[in-house]
Amino acid sequence: MRTLAILAIVVALFTALIFGGNYALRLATIFSMYTTLALSWNFIGGLAGYPSFATAAFFGLGTYASAVLQSSGMPMLAAWLLGGMVAAAFAGVIGLAILHLKGHYFAIASLALVEVLRELVNINDQLTGGGMGLNLPVTQGGVTQQALYFLTAMLTLAVLTLLSAGAVHRGKFGFALRCIQQNEDAAVMLGVNARLYKAAAFTLSAVFPGVGGGIYASWVHYIDPSDAFDILLSVKPLVMVLVGGLGTLFGPVIGAAAFLALEEAVWRSFLTIHAAVLGALIVTLILFLPNGLMSISRRRLKANKT
Amino acid sequence: MIYLQVLANGLVLGGLYAAIAVGFSLVWGVLNVINLLHGSFIILGAYVAFFGYALFGLHPFLSAPIAGFILFAIGYSLQATVINRVIHAPVLMTLTLTFGLDLLLNNAMLLAFKADYRKVVLEPPLGSLFFGPIVLPLDRIAVMILALLMTYGLYLLLRDSKLGRAIIAIRMDQEAAALMGVNILQTQAMTFAIGAFMAGAAGSLLSIIYPISPLNSITFLGKAFVICVIGGLGSVGGAIVGGITLGLLESLTALWFGPEYAVPISFALLIAFLAVRPTGLLGRRGYE
Amino acid sequence: MSVLLELDRVSRSFKGLRAVDNVSLRINAGEIVGLIGPNGAGKTTLVNLVTGMHPATAGRVRFDGRDITRLAPNHIAKLGIARTFQVVQPFPRMSVGDNIAAGALFSGGSESLTTARRQAQELAKQVGIADCFEQPAETLTLARRKRLELAKGLAMNPRILFLDEVNAGLNPAEIDHALKLIGKISQSGITIVVIEHLMKVVLSISTRLVVLHHGQLIADGLPQEVVRDGRVAEAYLGKRYADVRRGAQA
Repeated sequence: MRTLAILAIVVALFTALIFGGNYALRLATIFSMYTTLALSWNFIGGLAGYPSFATAAFFGLGTYASAVLQSSGMPMLAAWLLGGMVAAAFAGVIGLAILHLKGHYFAIASLALVEVLRELVNINDQLTGGGMGLNLPVTQGGVTQQALYFLTAMLTLAVLTLLSAGAVHRGKFGFALRCIQQNEDAAVMLGVNARLYKAAAFTLSAVFPGVGGGIYASWVHYIDPSDAFDILLSVKPLVMVLVGGLGTLFGPVIGAAAFLALEEAVWRSFLTIHAAVLGALIVTLILFLPNGLMSISRRRLKANKT
Repeated sequence: MIYLQVLANGLVLGGLYAAIAVGFSLVWGVLNVINLLHGSFIILGAYVAFFGYALFGLHPFLSAPIAGFILFAIGYSLQATVINRVIHAPVLMTLTLTFGLDLLLNNAMLLAFKADYRKVVLEPPLGSLFFGPIVLPLDRIAVMILALLMTYGLYLLLRDSKLGRAIIAIRMDQEAAALMGVNILQTQAMTFAIGAFMAGAAGSLLSIIYPISPLNSITFLGKAFVICVIGGLGSVGGAIVGGITLGLLESLTALWFGPEYAVPISFALLIAFLAVRPTGLLGRRGYE
Repeated sequence: MSVLLELDRVSRSFKGLRAVDNVSLRINAGEIVGLIGPNGAGKTTLVNLVTGMHPATAGRVRFDGRDITRLAPNHIAKLGIARTFQVVQPFPRMSVGDNIAAGALFSGGSESLTTARRQAQELAKQVGIADCFEQPAETLTLARRKRLELAKGLAMNPRILFLDEVNAGLNPAEIDHALKLIGKISQSGITIVVIEHLMKVVLSISTRLVVLHHGQLIADGLPQEVVRDGRVAEAYLGKRYADVRRGAQA
């Protein structure tokens, strides 16, 4: 079931790349971005089990860091990478302060990060343009050329994130995170350096969204604080992972695809109630499918076996 | 001299803030549920007051209990049908669920009431008291007093009533409470409902001070968070201490740095408290 | 015999209560030390101190001559000190095999997950839970969980292993099996400290007995002698009964 879903996604991506008009290219770019965010959240939220709402903070930092750097003349690619570094550095430092918290307290601290950063960006309008937003240098080339360019960038990022996730999942790092999630005290007593592993997971959950933020900013040519630090950017990846399967390798990818499909099909047509539709999705998911879409097929398989 | 005014402003706001946060604190401390709908509950209560005044001339102070009971009913049904199903689920689930529910409620309010900011403007206006150099608007003082009265009422309920004892019992040890004959589901629903009541009533009160719109429900939710973490969870005292602290903090930062710094500084303080003393000033342990 | 672990006037206070009070103790390599004492005597707290779970409020702990008093628990685990928990602490949704492999991977010196899992297979066989290797740990019965706990400790390749109430909740046949296992472990060169309050069990395998009461060390020596020590009887039975007993012996 899972392999079918992945195959379908890959085929769709290729079709978009080769045959797609601008709309398909745009969709594919958003999908790549969503996949990156979901995979990144999975490191800290799915594997380590720390409910982080900080994704928007890392993404936003990436957008603004790269935008500001570009306005001082840095070339785009370098600015994107530095955006990721800034987000990672932020995660590393903040992690020292909040990673010893558990459960609700950690969740709130991570949520508060988004709010604080947004307001700080708003206030420092000399640097960031504040509420008026920031314009980014326009890239060269026609519309389709640009669309292809940014799709390639986002897709590359998504693939890199997936490869990192794969390495983590299969190896000692992922094993340690799983131990931490299931019984952190026992893990420590067994020799796991929990502090280090958690910090690494948190940093990983920041670096890719940071780069993604940079790419996004260049792609849309204009950012403002409430878009860059939108709390939905923290919640949507979370929901995607819940849909696809918490803590699994491909769950975030499948979840991102499913979520995007819903988003395009359903609530872009109902603009005035799209928040409510997302809310309804979340409520249905949590109450009836807490293990994500994959649990449906597993249940059916079990029923067929008896 | 100006500091006296700032102090007065902070204290007056503090009473209202305590009422805003105490319901949130109760639900978090007793049910271990962070109710992300709290901000929307407050705004809904404010709308009850707004429409009560606009349509029927009903004074917001009188709407407060009405708003309270409307929210009580909403809260009770929500808890009994939906939220109690995730009470023992991991934090991720309960937070995401209440987030989703809030999206629904907030969107519904946006559709019903539109995003425009409304404010209850009392005719005739209440005027102000003058204590030497300090100006105290009467409406704010009245709100503070009522808010504190409400909060005190909750305190008495918790301390002296059978329901209050049951709530505290669950907070201390749910299994033991069940063995003692406490109806857990019923009490949990009542707790959530009381939290909603306080939110709605506080919302009514604040409608004469703040402009209201579904867009700023998140502002009040944020304040409730800060108040609970700084003051301490699950107790009325914590909400009061936290409320006054936040009130003073906002007044002072407005003076020193400008009003736009109030929110980021209070959130930064929230993070600092979480990092160093998550149980708050009053120190009573909340759940993790 | 060389001193493997040394506690030098170690104390631990919790808000005014002295859980461990000025305990000095030397454990030699190869011993099987029985650590006994009535409930609340501070036995588990002592183990927590040695393994770094709680910091000592006074005194020093030395392992192989090296001061480990302030080290983090994961570091101490890597040095070769392992313990089992009285209330077993598995990774519930991971398989039995992965649970054991965790010990091997993070402090037992295994370089990779594959070698760790191989080691886990060996150990599972040794303690007798090879048949549930793939099952999630939370599905195990209590007796098997205790064996899992033991296997995890062994996987860490320890030089000294603290067994905290490893027999609690087991029936006589299971206790017998556990004791034989402990004997074999000792023969393989691991120093063992057995925390127990079943006298019979501890007397049958210990080469030395240490008694804790109200956080203080009140006896330390050969089992036969310690058992006859008046203060030990007093600690367990209370002063009146101890006197009666002393009177009966006279």
